[in-house]
Formats: sequence, C-alpha cells, structure tokens
Amino acid sequence: MSSPILLAIEDLTVSFDGFKAVDGLNLYVERNEVRVVIGPNGAGKTTLLDLICGKTRASSGSIMFKNTDLTKLAENQIVKAGVGRKFQTPSIYENLTVRENLQLSYPAGRSVFGSLFFKTTEHVLQRVTEVASEIFLEDRLDVSAGLLSHGQKQWLEIGMLLIQDPELLMLDEPVAGMSVSEREATADLLRRISNNRSVIVIEHDMDFVKDIANKVTVLHQGKLLAEGKMDDVQKNEKVIEVYLGH
Amino acid sequence: MDRWIAAFGGRQRLFQLLALSVLLLVILPLTLDIFRLNLLGKYLTYAFVAVGLVLCWGYGGILSLGQGVFFGIGGYCMAMFLKLESSAPEFTAIQSTPGIPDFMDWNQITELPLMWVPFHSLTLTIILMLTVPALIAFFIGFAMFKRRVGGVYFAIITQAIASIATILIIGQQGYTGGINGITDLRTLLGWDIRTDSARYILYFVCCVALIICLLIGQFVLESRFGKLLIAMRDQEDRVRFSGYDVANIKIFVFALAGVFSAIGGAMFALQVGFMSPSFVGTVASIEMVIFCAVGGRLSLIGAVYGALLVNLAKTMLSETFPQLWIVFMGALFIGVVLLFPQGLAGIYTDFVKPPVAGWLNRMRGKSPDAPVSQEVQP
Repeated sequence: MSSPILLAIEDLTVSFDGFKAVDGLNLYVERNEVRVVIGPNGAGKTTLLDLICGKTRASSGSIMFKNTDLTKLAENQIVKAGVGRKFQTPSIYENLTVRENLQLSYPAGRSVFGSLFFKTTEHVLQRVTEVASEIFLEDRLDVSAGLLSHGQKQWLEIGMLLIQDPELLMLDEPVAGMSVSEREATADLLRRISNNRSVIVIEHDMDFVKDIANKVTVLHQGKLLAEGKMDDVQKNEKVIEVYLGH
Repeated sequence: MDRWIAAFGGRQRLFQLLALSVLLLVILPLTLDIFRLNLLGKYLTYAFVAVGLVLCWGYGGILSLGQGVFFGIGGYCMAMFLKLESSAPEFTAIQSTPGIPDFMDWNQITELPLMWVPFHSLTLTIILMLTVPALIAFFIGFAMFKRRVGGVYFAIITQAIASIATILIIGQQGYTGGINGITDLRTLLGWDIRTDSARYILYFVCCVALIICLLIGQFVLESRFGKLLIAMRDQEDRVRFSGYDVANIKIFVFALAGVFSAIGGAMFALQVGFMSPSFVGTVASIEMVIFCAVGGRLSLIGAVYGALLVNLAKTMLSETFPQLWIVFMGALFIGVVLLFPQGLAGIYTDFVKPPVAGWLNRMRGKSPDAPVSQEVQP
C-alpha cells in the first residue's frame, strides 16, 4: 500500500450562480476509514458527495482518488475507478426483483453489446447470494423491490454498491427513516463492510454517528468547520453554536 | 433447448408468439380475400413501428414522436429502388430524358441525382434501408442523450424532426416526388408486385419479418440489456452511478426501434405500391404511438394487435364518418391511457388470463392421470 490516503480533496469549490455550495474545501480520507460528515442543512454535505461521484462538476479544485483526478472523469468512469454512492432517497429498481437489482449492479457487461449477450455465471449468482445475506435480504431475493420496506430498500441500495466492491463507499443518510432495530443492524453492517474499504457517511443521527465514526468532519456554509474525533468535535464551541446546540 | 427458450422470452411468451403466427400465417389467409389480406398486410407494417416503440418507449421510457421518419426512410429506400426499375428507358421512352423517374422529368431534371444511384441495386437498397435509419437514430440519439436531453424535450424534438422531414420531402419535389410521393411501383427484379399471387407472397414475407423482429425484441428484453432498460426508466441516476453509460443504452434502443420502423416502411412500399410524405409526418408519427399505447406499451405482441385493431377501426370508421375519425382516435388514446395504461395486453393479463388459467388448472385437476410430463418434454 503506497499511501494511507485514499481520497484527497484540495481547494474544492463549486458555485451555483455565485452561491458557493462548497467553498475551498480540503478533506483527506484514509484507507479503511469510516468518515462521517455532519453539519446543518445547506452546509454542502450532499453537494460534496455529488462532486466526488461526478453528479455535479467542480468549479475549481481537485479530487484525487488514488492517482486519478475524479473531476476529469465521467460518472461511469468514476464508478469503474472504485467509487460507489448511495443516494439520500433509496434509489432502487422498483419494478425488478431484489435478485435482478443486485445482478444488474454486478460490475460486468456494462457496454451495450456486453449486456445484450451477458451470461449470468455461477460466480455472479454466488456473489448475489453473498451480498443478499450481508444486507439481510437472502430470503427476499425473488420479491419485487418495490414491495420492500423503507429500511430494506436502503439496505438493498447498499447491497447494490457492495456487489461492485468499491474502494470508497459514500452513503447519504443511510439510516433515515429506519426503526431502532434496523439502525442497529445497519451500524453492524457498516462496521463489517468498512473492514476493507473507506466509507464516507452523511448522517444527522448523533447516536448512530458515535456508533460508527472513526473521524467526524463538520461542514458549515460549504466550509470546513471542524474535524476530529467525535468527542472532540462535540466539545468544539463553534460546532455547538452552529449545529449541535439546537 | 431450454436455454434458447429462456433467451427468447420463456415458454409462455413463445406460445403467445406462436398463437399470433398461426393467426397471421394460417387463419387469416384462409378466411380473408386478397384485397382484405393486402390491407391487413399494410396494417402489419405499422406493427413494426409499434414493436420498436414498445422497446424504446414502453421499456426504455424514451417517447419518440418521430418514428414516421424511420418508417419513411425504409419506405422511400424501397420505393426508390422499385421506381428506378419501373423507370427503365424502355418504359419511359416518351420522356424528354428517358430512364429517370417520371416526376423528375416533370421537374426538368435531366440526370439521375447522385443520391438515387445506389438504388439501382437491390442489395445496396436493403443495406441502406437498414443502416441509414440506424445511423440517423445514432446521430439524433448521440446529440440528445449525451447532453442528457430526455422526456418531453426529446419527444418534442423528434416531433420537429418529423415535421422537417416532411417539409424536405415536399420541397424537394424533383428528387423525392414531392407531396404525391413515389407512385406507380410495378416490379421487383422483374417480378410484378401488383398481382394477387405477389400480394400473397409479400404478405407472408411481411409476417415472417415481423415475427423475426418480435423474436429479436424478446431476446433484447430477456437479456441484461432489457433489465437495464427497465432500471433506466425507473432510476436513471442509479444506473449511471452503477457504472453504465446511460446515453449508449438509449442510443442503441432508439436505433433498434428505428431499424424496425424502416423494415415496416419497406414492407409498406412493397405491399401498397407507393410511398408518400403523409406516412412520415407528425400526424402519422403520433398515430404510431397510439397503436403502441392501445396494444400495451409493455407488450411486444400486444403492439401487433394494437396496430391491427386501431387500423381496422380507422378503416371502418373513416369510411362511414370521415370527419369523426380523428376525434375518435384522440378519445381512444385518452381513454386507453387513463383506463387501461397497459393497453390490450393489460386487459388480457387482468381479465382474460386468470379465468383461463383457472379453467386449465381445473381441467388438469380433474384428470390427474393425464400424462402432463410427457407433453412438456421436447
């Protein structure tokens, strides 16, 4: 392993008609780290993930992932480079079964002709079962994804990313709308999947954050407000003022 | 064997396709006279477009209101070949320039335009008929989808393209035959296509071509690509951020629908004996979407029935109430979209299939000794 840093964001700025949603941000994520990004509404958390995965284009700055600058790649190339992103509202294919959702996410047969003549091998089926059991859906494989509960949809989307085995996984509010027991299961899941990859999580639920975070980054008005261990950040005066105090 | 059955849509779909084939290839030719059968053949040429729209619109979520353009390209390619053949110098000796199509002579054109030259050869005609629509769809798709133009905007742009195509054809009278189109098509490699026997043969050729298109469609839908179409329609961003280039998927399915339409257009020119801009324009293109919606936009086979029934109704109603037809067509479209969003295919799966399946099960239940397993074996 050459460098402990997997993702290096430097001087990243994006401006929407003069409004800087992310403003001169520097952020470094190490390998096998779980980083939680918190901050009040409009702090630029989701925009940050959008910038990393290519949904939004940066106005300036760089996002170095291993040795490539993600700001220069198309969305699908960023995925191929090893970045997976889960959206805030569960984005799954409701008209397909859980199995089909996972199979489509398997990283092969991504070109037009590759997908037309794609053969589902034993290996693919095996990976689907493995991932399904990891996300607690092994007995729901043939259920139409639209019929899953909200929490299960969140898990399915995480599973669709896991099957791609990304080196960097980004989760936008993964436990929003989940029951207490589902939250615990998800925290457990996150700890397991962060064993061999880095994870960036956006979350509002402080108990959940404490449960999973190695390091917390607080954003405010597109800028870095504080960074460090959860305990330190919670004692930080500025953080209490803009975010935690409310 | 089982693998092939699965790849082309599974037992049930193939059985439905078989039923359609029997209807088209056996029952209808035995019961209809050649005039009606030829008319039916004409309706079937629209079914090619409707089948393409099922893939492109029903599954891919890309509504094209310009499929008439591709139908037109196919039709004009075939018509140009047939026209050149019937304009051979010995048939056109009275013209001031013998050997060129009559409408060119009327428009003071004295030499065959360059774009007509390849249509002396049937092989080239067929190649162009298949590749030109694919290329045009590719360019339109590339320009639109790579820029993330979709939904209503794409529909309006394709509508505009259909309009432009009509204006071009009508305006360039000397090269295209103008508003009258290309008429008086007689022979294909010396074989008179206006005789009854030729019409029978062309009808069967049309049916077989349609069945092949349906098989290709079912193969596409069963593949990973087919699932991707559904996924893309539901959650385009999720597909994009799962590492797929969404634009390429859209371009391919749009081009495939275009090629299907062009085959339909070519079969139209052969069976009807002429081709005109009225099958290219906006009204024709929207009608094609209605055939697809009525048949059920998620059913390839439903689209064929939709094209047949709507056209049958159109012929009957427009003979009796010529003014009312267009109103009826609009009402039909609104009614289907509101009440039966899955069209005829939806009515079949919701109201026809359950009682039939129940009846079949009771039949099987009553005769448990029946050698069911033997029937299944190939």
